[in-house]
Amino acid sequence: MNERAALELRGVTFAYPDGHVALRGVDLTVHAGERVAILGPNGSGKTTLVLHLNGIHSPTAGTVTVEGLAVSGAELREVRRRVGLVFQDPDDQLFMPTVGQDVAFGPANLGLRGAALEARVADALERVGMADCRDRAPHHLSLGQRRRVALATVLSMHPDVLVFDEPSANLDPAARRELADLVVGLAMTTVVVTHDLLYAAELCPRSVLLDDGVVVADGPTLDILRDRELLAAHRLELPRGVALVDW
Amino acid sequence: MHVPDGVVDAPTSLAAGVAAVGAVALSLRAARAEALEARAPLTGLVAAFVFAAQMLNFPVASGTSGHLLGGLLAAVLVGPWLGSLAVTTVLVVQALLFADGGISALGVNVLNMAIVPAVLGYGLFWVARRLLPGTRRGLLAATALAAFASVVLASVAFTLEYAVGGNHAAPIGTVLTAMVGVHVLIGLGEAAITALTVGAVLSARPDLVHGAGELRRRASGHEAVAA
Amino acid sequence: MSGGHGHAVRAGAVPASVVSRLDAGVKVVCLVAFLFAVVATPARQVWAFGAHLGLVVLAVVLARMPFGALLRRLALEVPFVAFALALPFLGRAPFHTVLGVELSVPGLWAGWSIMAKATLGVLATAVLAWSTAVAEILVGLEELRMPASLVAIAAFMLRYLDVVAGELRRLQLARLSRADDPRWIWQGRAVAATAGSLFVRSFERGERVHQAMLARGFDGRMPVTTAPTARRWWPALAWPGAAWAVAAVAMAR
Repeated sequence: MNERAALELRGVTFAYPDGHVALRGVDLTVHAGERVAILGPNGSGKTTLVLHLNGIHSPTAGTVTVEGLAVSGAELREVRRRVGLVFQDPDDQLFMPTVGQDVAFGPANLGLRGAALEARVADALERVGMADCRDRAPHHLSLGQRRRVALATVLSMHPDVLVFDEPSANLDPAARRELADLVVGLAMTTVVVTHDLLYAAELCPRSVLLDDGVVVADGPTLDILRDRELLAAHRLELPRGVALVDW
Repeated sequence: MHVPDGVVDAPTSLAAGVAAVGAVALSLRAARAEALEARAPLTGLVAAFVFAAQMLNFPVASGTSGHLLGGLLAAVLVGPWLGSLAVTTVLVVQALLFADGGISALGVNVLNMAIVPAVLGYGLFWVARRLLPGTRRGLLAATALAAFASVVLASVAFTLEYAVGGNHAAPIGTVLTAMVGVHVLIGLGEAAITALTVGAVLSARPDLVHGAGELRRRASGHEAVAA
Repeated sequence: MSGGHGHAVRAGAVPASVVSRLDAGVKVVCLVAFLFAVVATPARQVWAFGAHLGLVVLAVVLARMPFGALLRRLALEVPFVAFALALPFLGRAPFHTVLGVELSVPGLWAGWSIMAKATLGVLATAVLAWSTAVAEILVGLEELRMPASLVAIAAFMLRYLDVVAGELRRLQLARLSRADDPRWIWQGRAVAATAGSLFVRSFERGERVHQAMLARGFDGRMPVTTAPTARRWWPALAWPGAAWAVAAVAMAR
């Protein structure tokens, strides 16, 4: 391939200090503009994998590169700008007294100040449709709104890749759909980690199935979701009565 | 126990402030030797925990309540140096942002609630750990004893400061009796909560209890689990 | 007794005022200097406390702080009010009989002194807390040469405070909704159990929060996103200066 991959993982292995091995040689390439779902049951290593994408965890063996840049030491700051992580629980992510200050936290860490910072914040809130809530306290917002603000806190760093950890968790149906529309509308390179198979089908043309720290399938999302035996072998299933048709 | 402005006079408050700055500087120097920067998040968490735990009122008698001071708890969880820094941070923030504890009395409060538990309280804990059996039960007994003592000693320290810089309206003996009397009761609550908290942390995450020493290192052994 | 902590941090932005635009370090120095003047004022010069109160009211007006927010802070004083109220009964001679009760005259003055000075302390500090963003206070302390590692601990503490308080609220609700209402010390076991799980839960959430901060480029220092404030000592220092003038006159009389 002649284009540089947005994300490239080669033989990534990771063991926690207590000896638990969460990833066993993961290979994964995500190209620019792709939306890829990483599917897997609870405890399959999905979140651990996500924390490797911007260097919060460093692999025990193997390499992670972001647009050709090694995720390690000197490049860490740039990698963390390029890869925007939206955590599962917005309460882990949002902590400043106001929404506006929270959205400013990332770009301020990158050294932006004054009018440039203001513009970043306004633009990011505009893109997620939360411009009105700039001076509100995050904990006064609904979960759907907080998740959108969490996305804005990452968009304000102008990332090249967006990574979501369980974006649909606990959202009501309308908030789910609004977030999906938003993510598709951003048209960015996106990785979505989830065990919500229908959400994966809605958002991502391609899926990777992870179980016990190993990639067990990688292909078009609909093909993977139609393979009931494969899903059942890895503790995943579609809701009862749901059949997939092409849409 | 958070002494407000006006209980101790200006010269004594100033002197206590100077003493507190000195003690904190020593703690900082000792803590730097233990990689303070890397442990700043954990220390901040312990400080937040002590802060929040002070919101937990426990019953003393007949519906009246006291709250945890947390100095010894912090010392057992992260060691006396980081522990005293955590409690000092709590006191500074409480004084500046929450008007809890007087700003002129900050030195007095840091001495009583951060330095006394870290030096005298943890010292007692250290001695008790060596005299008591090296089991989980022994550890918790040492914790309870030192927590009780650190509260009573803090009230004695306050009485001393009041004797030097108070308004001399009441005989010091009377003040001492009243302060120590109340803090014996509060100390019982402190002992119970501190020991139970350390016990709970020891069961779930023994690696987070600094004072557990060798108990922590053989955390998975049944000795740490048996209670 | 410290129930005020939970909601004492103002949610939302600091309202703009002359006081909010001052450098936080300047404000802290002014506050410390003011309170030492208050503490040094002899209790029997009652007029001087009126003057000090006038200075606090001036600061409140300049900070555009509602008086309601000010009065709520007074609840924090309660524990030491008991100490102040006990002094007239514990104090030494001479005594003054009111309604058949012998009250110590020095005890009365001592009680008044504590009440007046502590109240001024709470009120003046409330103005600082009202008019200054938390992150600014940290920067101010750093400028005043507070060691960077202590400032870092304070930053983490404030960051985790919401986390811990949120966990605490959930645990308290779970405990109270199962009808736990301890009145005596030996009934407090559930409170202690709460504290233990609070620490473990907070620690584990704290780890995730730290990861989320690292993911957004956090390098150990909170960035200051508010507009830079003017480090102007004059006329701010006139405020504690006036208090010291009052204290000096009171001491001389």
